[in-house]
Amino acid sequence: MTQRTRIEARFADLKAKKRAALITFITAGDPDLATAREILMALPGAGADIIELGMPFSDPMADGPAIQASSLRALRAGHKMAHTLELVRDFRKADTTTPIVLMGYYNPIFVYPAETFVEDAAAAGVDGLIIVDIPPEADDELCLPAIKRGLNFIRLATPTTDDKRLPAVLANSSGFVYYVSITGITGTAAPDVYAVHKQVARIKRQTSLPVAVGFGVKTPEQAKAIAAGADAVVVGSALVSAIADSLGKDQKPSRTTVTSVVKVVQGLSQALTKD
Amino acid sequence: MTLNQHGLTTMPHATTPNSYRTGPDERGHFGTYGGRFVAETLMPLILELDRAYEAAKTDPAFAGELSNLHTHYNGRPSPLYFAERMTEHLKGAKIYFKRDELNHTGSHKINNCLGQILLARRMGKTRIIAETGAGQHGVAVATVCARFGLPCVVYMGATDIERQKPNVFRMKLLGAEVRPAVSGNATLKDAMNEALRDWVSNVTDTYYIIGTVAGPHPYPAMVRDFQSIIGKEVREQMMTAEGRLPDTLVACIGGGSNAMGLFHNFLDDKSIAIYGVEAGGHGLDVENGHAASMNGGKPGVLHGNRTYLLQDDDGQILEGHSISAGLDYPGVGPEHAYLRDTGRVTYVSATDKEALTAFQLCTKLEGIIPALEPAHALAYVTKLAPKLKKDNLLVMNLCGRGDKDIFSVAEHLGMEM
Repeated sequence: MTQRTRIEARFADLKAKKRAALITFITAGDPDLATAREILMALPGAGADIIELGMPFSDPMADGPAIQASSLRALRAGHKMAHTLELVRDFRKADTTTPIVLMGYYNPIFVYPAETFVEDAAAAGVDGLIIVDIPPEADDELCLPAIKRGLNFIRLATPTTDDKRLPAVLANSSGFVYYVSITGITGTAAPDVYAVHKQVARIKRQTSLPVAVGFGVKTPEQAKAIAAGADAVVVGSALVSAIADSLGKDQKPSRTTVTSVVKVVQGLSQALTKD
Repeated sequence: MTLNQHGLTTMPHATTPNSYRTGPDERGHFGTYGGRFVAETLMPLILELDRAYEAAKTDPAFAGELSNLHTHYNGRPSPLYFAERMTEHLKGAKIYFKRDELNHTGSHKINNCLGQILLARRMGKTRIIAETGAGQHGVAVATVCARFGLPCVVYMGATDIERQKPNVFRMKLLGAEVRPAVSGNATLKDAMNEALRDWVSNVTDTYYIIGTVAGPHPYPAMVRDFQSIIGKEVREQMMTAEGRLPDTLVACIGGGSNAMGLFHNFLDDKSIAIYGVEAGGHGLDVENGHAASMNGGKPGVLHGNRTYLLQDDDGQILEGHSISAGLDYPGVGPEHAYLRDTGRVTYVSATDKEALTAFQLCTKLEGIIPALEPAHALAYVTKLAPKLKKDNLLVMNLCGRGDKDIFSVAEHLGMEM
């Protein structure tokens, strides 16, 4: 039996408390490395149960305008993959229990290359990976090496993933399953809560893993409604938009950048914790 | 040599395989290249497309309908033309042009669009999307959508919309909606990102017509198959004209669809020398100043496939540069990547300046205004042909006409319109 990961421990803990997890997404290096570090450090205190840290990519095909812009801000500030891992290492010195999942696209990992990447990511304190453009048909690329190194590999299930295909998606998934609540890109359409709950139930019939719901969840009210029928809610574009809105005319962070993200997370967290 | 279960080489620079025409395997791999690297939302759609194409491929009714359209709508076969004055001028190989610029809409792009629109109809899709760079593919898509009465959205980089106005207007006349892609540098790769985002958001009714031999499997193989009519015709036409096969093939490479169309039929005729000409832009030594992904890039994963990409050390995609908007793409079809590594095809490059010179030469000597894309192929022909014997039969794919380029050529040459 392999050791329990931080993700598994966190979900077990929240299950005991009968509460859904709040998973927050920010992009590493957005709007710059120092500010991203401050935001990252402030997330657990604001109520984030699990942190998704986006690895910036020049061509984020599955993302809407808000996260595209955050990726570009980070890259323009000179962000590299090494900085992403540095952020995680710094975070781990202060917080040994909040899980961190790196989310992004395959190419920056492929050129790293993949085998070295899983080694360095695990050593830095990363707990799991979500890579948008590697389907289960290509598990040998990254998923299997990641699992071997003790990382969770979190797979996306979508409204187009039918019952016939679902077992393939679930086969090497671990940590949790990420249900994409809409057919679309991040941060655009609002999900239909009833349809989402039905889909989460469908997935849970085939797996004992916790199911998180994301893409399009923005407000505390939406988060609360979704959380009633899921194990976790993922919010990203709302945080990233708060960063964008706080920037000065020169696109540099202002005094409100960190606090505005904290406020968004606090609002979401309160919606999930109170009855 | 390492062979995988499908008999394809899995190591770069491996020794000669028995056939270069067996790929891809069922997962879409050409050697280590290709594959299906897309978001889960699109996987079921791509698998559905794969099944539909496999069924269509063996259906005589599908082939019959396509052939009829080629003959009466597209104007195929396109001539194989002996470029007599070019041959005299270069004093070497006997030069033939495959005249795919004479196709309906003015380039080879229509060959693929006719095939895919028939497939979309078979699949019951009611909305078409596409990406375009120079606008030749966009015009071809808008054309087949008009012909079959389907609504059409073409994504085009905002920068390209500005430099290719005549094609934007043509698309609009044909009834297509041209949506600007404003992310990144707002060129072809960004248009492809936007098209993929559209497809993820419209999964039930929409068919995505990719314009080149790239993207997730089955696109690279399917587009190649639809373009392979070029090489099939050349084989027959050359037998008629000269009683034997050509010795040398030359085509320009952006994504590489016109080149695969010419090359594929001849890959196992190993005595034939094959050259793909990439866009050298300002020169291969100028950082981010060219679009030669195989001569100046390295393997990576983008837009659904593994292939050679222009990218920095951290895996971020570079924009590249070419005078030709149609070659201005940071990747290349995965089958080309495989043919490069196995050494079957030699990939070279021509700069913006060389292409402009060849553009003028062709116009003056042959009375044919070529597109800037095949002008790159011709630029290499002007270097290669003089070194070849007079009985060397050289075929260059003249894959597009230059009407669309006259504005930018005038600007580059400092001429008044």
